[in-house]
Amino acid sequence: MELQSSKNPDSKTLAELEVGQRARVMRLLVGGPTRRRLLDLGLLPGTEVRALMKSPLGTPIAYYVRGTVLALRSEDSSKIVVKPLS
Amino acid sequence: MDIERNDHDYYEERHEELEKGHDYLVALAGNPNTGKSTVFNALTGLRQHVGNWPGKTVARAEGSFKYEGKRYKLIDLPGTYSLLATATDEEITRNFLLFSRPDVVVVVVDSTVLERNLNLVLQVLEISDNVVVCLNLVDEAARKGMEIDAKQLSLALGVPVVPTIANVGKGLNDLVEATAKVASGKITTSPHHFALKTEIRKVFDEVIPHVKKVANGLPNIRWVTMRLLEGDIRIRQALESGELASLAGLAQGNSVTRESMKAELKELFDRIQVAASPIRESLHDHVVSSIYADAEAIASKAITKVKIPKYNLDAKIDRIVTSRVMGFPIMIALLMAVFWVTIEGANIPSQLLAEGLFWLEAQLSSLFMWFGVPQWLEGLLVHGTFRGVAWVVSVMLPPMAIFFPLFTLLEDSGYLPRVEFNIDRFFKWAGAHGKQAITMCMGFGCNATGVISCRSINSPRERLIAILTNNFVPCNGRWPTLFLMATVFLAAAFPPAISSLMASLTIVAVTLVGILATFVVSALLSHTLLKGESSFFVLEMPSYRRPQFLRVLYTSFIDRTIKVLYRAVVWAAPSGALIWILGNVHVGGETLMTHAANVLSPVGLLIGLDGIILLAYILAIPANEIIIPTIIMGYMGTSMMTELESTAELHALFAAQGFTIVTAISLMLFAVLHYPCATTTHTIWKETRSAKWTILSNLIPLVVAFLVCFGVTQSLRALGFG
Repeated sequence: MELQSSKNPDSKTLAELEVGQRARVMRLLVGGPTRRRLLDLGLLPGTEVRALMKSPLGTPIAYYVRGTVLALRSEDSSKIVVKPLS
Repeated sequence: MDIERNDHDYYEERHEELEKGHDYLVALAGNPNTGKSTVFNALTGLRQHVGNWPGKTVARAEGSFKYEGKRYKLIDLPGTYSLLATATDEEITRNFLLFSRPDVVVVVVDSTVLERNLNLVLQVLEISDNVVVCLNLVDEAARKGMEIDAKQLSLALGVPVVPTIANVGKGLNDLVEATAKVASGKITTSPHHFALKTEIRKVFDEVIPHVKKVANGLPNIRWVTMRLLEGDIRIRQALESGELASLAGLAQGNSVTRESMKAELKELFDRIQVAASPIRESLHDHVVSSIYADAEAIASKAITKVKIPKYNLDAKIDRIVTSRVMGFPIMIALLMAVFWVTIEGANIPSQLLAEGLFWLEAQLSSLFMWFGVPQWLEGLLVHGTFRGVAWVVSVMLPPMAIFFPLFTLLEDSGYLPRVEFNIDRFFKWAGAHGKQAITMCMGFGCNATGVISCRSINSPRERLIAILTNNFVPCNGRWPTLFLMATVFLAAAFPPAISSLMASLTIVAVTLVGILATFVVSALLSHTLLKGESSFFVLEMPSYRRPQFLRVLYTSFIDRTIKVLYRAVVWAAPSGALIWILGNVHVGGETLMTHAANVLSPVGLLIGLDGIILLAYILAIPANEIIIPTIIMGYMGTSMMTELESTAELHALFAAQGFTIVTAISLMLFAVLHYPCATTTHTIWKETRSAKWTILSNLIPLVVAFLVCFGVTQSLRALGFG
């Protein structure tokens, strides 16, 4: 599982976002079918997201994306680099 | 990618349908969770049929409706988020739209998620001109403080937009009217085409003229170009063979013209190759961001946020229902509540049904005797066949008629995705899909239904895992057995003060064993027979909705009743007849039943059961409900399935046969873990169309049941019990 956070203190992966935090998608670290799926769902660079809740078992985590609530497993949300918003 | 040309050729569908007397072909598309099924059901009512898309395991629903004298054929396309990728659902949808050329495409849209839904709408507009947008769930949008200007949206998209609230039937007449007008040409559309970002506009501008050379006049050239650049083989073939051209009625369709265009075609594909390679990776990215940029612009103009509701009920409920502390307890409590209501609620109706049907049996018996029907025939038909049916109906009908409506209410309310959300991690560990949680819940009602519900799992590998393990969850038909064993034998072994509690705990424990078996076997399958990648998991969690109590209760109730009666007649009747024969045909002084039991005895004893019990399990393959009556019949040596009134009597009878607490535990474990009943096996066959998997679906549980019962029996005996 890749974690990009160490590079830039200003950016995290979606998986590391705290519940209630808002962020903007910067880029996706994955290609192929997974990338297409994420893009189709609207997780494009520039999209605003908000972490809503975590499963009692830690994963998946639910995010508010373009008007709907989507839950992603950590192996996928850790591939999305985001910039937290205040 | 598949290049099946010998499978059902989509473009012939139009002709077939039109020939069969339908005037127009209408396709229904949309994202998942938009109420598309509700629209489909509302328009077609009972005039629908569910099958499969040719060569695929994706379900296909089709139906028809009439409007102002014309007949419309409606095809429900799979719910997809997009048409650009190579996933099966998307392939089916875009190829249907392109090759079958429906007269109208109705795209059902969730108003509360307009931007994302427009992603699909804008793609559909690239393929087909005759589109009607069904703006569904406008009540939800209003609840969220959004007002959507349908007229504005319609202007922006260039097609009719009809607001609807499908689950109460609002707006559907307008939808049908708009569809009819587009079909007949009374309304002409001028579909909006999203602007391409500069990064890729150049590529398209360069390639499109060459596409035009081989297929000038094709209405969706930009879409075709897009697919060619993406390397879509089906489209390339269709262009080469002239299929696309002939679909559009172009001259290039005929073979003579095609021959002469071979050079142009070659040049086109070369150019595509050159143009596409440098941008292959980013092409999709740019197309999607072009679409979303357009979608954002359109949506923001059409939506007015009237007020932002301060009180977000959804979030508040979710926080509790998925919390670390309350999440699981609430889930378990709800499930227990459903079980409890089912058991309690079914009690009296079951008794009444039993009394009624057995009274009927007695009347039939008298009638037969009055007519002088030979004893054996009367026995076979009345005490065997009829009794079998009577038993299944009285035991199965009330619980199923309660469990499923309750479950459907839970489903309608929007709670089930939260269950999936909470429990997904276990399934991920087992290499399975989170939706398996839901199919397991269905299995608690009826395993055949559980197996069918596995259709909601897209990946074939994960779907098979869910199907093969569904039987580890005990269905309504097995609860009475578990219950009886727990109350008669387990409870009796403990002091009266805690006997009830112990009985309940035993049932819970045995069910947990079943659930554990599900996870373990799923994990094993993931590593052996069904190896593979976990499919991409995304769970959309819709808003909570107030379920439509009366409608759900009514339709679910009727549906279940019919299913149970059907099953009782088809499977339980012959089974009842067979059991009667075994109990009444004597060979060498003993009944066939005794003979069979003796043969099975050594194996039975090994796993903590006995010959009679094992025989009963075999005879009960058609219907789990008749296990106990058959065992009683075997023990008592009676000529027909029997029930005993008092638990004391039952205890005495069983104990006299050497039945101990170990036998009871073993029986319960076997009940939970064994092979599926005939209906379920038949359903598995229909769903998988594979002899291999159908056989395995019986073999795997059998082996598991044997191993577990053997292990538990030997351990308990070693510890000094039974």
